Amino acid sequence: MARVMLFGPLRDVAGWRERDLPAASITALKALLAAEDSALGLALYGKGVQVAVDQAIVRGDLALSANAEVAFLPPMSGG
Amino acid sequence: MSVILQDAPFDPGALLLTFSRGREETGAIVSFTGIARAEAGRTTTLELEAYSGFTEIEIGRIEAQATARFSLHDVLIVHRTGPIAPGEAIVFVATAAGHRREAFEAADLLMDYLKSRAPFWKKEVGPDGERWIEPSDRDRTDAARWD
Repeated sequence: MARVMLFGPLRDVAGWRERDLPAASITALKALLAAEDSALGLALYGKGVQVAVDQAIVRGDLALSANAEVAFLPPMSGG
Repeated sequence: MSVILQDAPFDPGALLLTFSRGREETGAIVSFTGIARAEAGRTTTLELEAYSGFTEIEIGRIEAQATARFSLHDVLIVHRTGPIAPGEAIVFVATAAGHRREAFEAADLLMDYLKSRAPFWKKEVGPDGERWIEPSDRDRTDAARWD
């Protein structure tokens, strides 16, 4: 299971902040989320959304280990 | 060098006093305090979200760059998260250096980074509802001065 975390506007779109979901890769995880919530799916592919796995930004697809922490980070606003 | 994120309000004066204590080789200390604005009544609360762990690491990276670039003796960054009321301090940055120019410029660089690129998500809540905030064009051009 991956611990999935949403931040900023993505959390408002989805209506949740953290969930445990079964996914073998980032691509599979995005497909799973998009299949159950098309608005969230669209937002995840939106401009400037970055993905962090275990608190490090990754680009492209990546296999997810069990207990991976996957965070979807919309464009950062600064403080 | 440290980065502290906290939900609780802080006292910028007390932070500066502690930061300044016991320095004999530091010729200059600059501090900056950012305050939440009411925006003429349009904002009753500012909500700031961080990614705990990740946000500290990313800010720490820029803190280390500024320390090397300006030969800083020390840096302290304290940033609020969670709901913040107008008039409350959001951010405190203090830099210590041998001479004033380095301390001023490092504080300036750190604030430009914090205001435009640091991993926070910011929402304004007011009588007309709530909206997510993005960096202004000026925030972005200010930050680009240091690239």
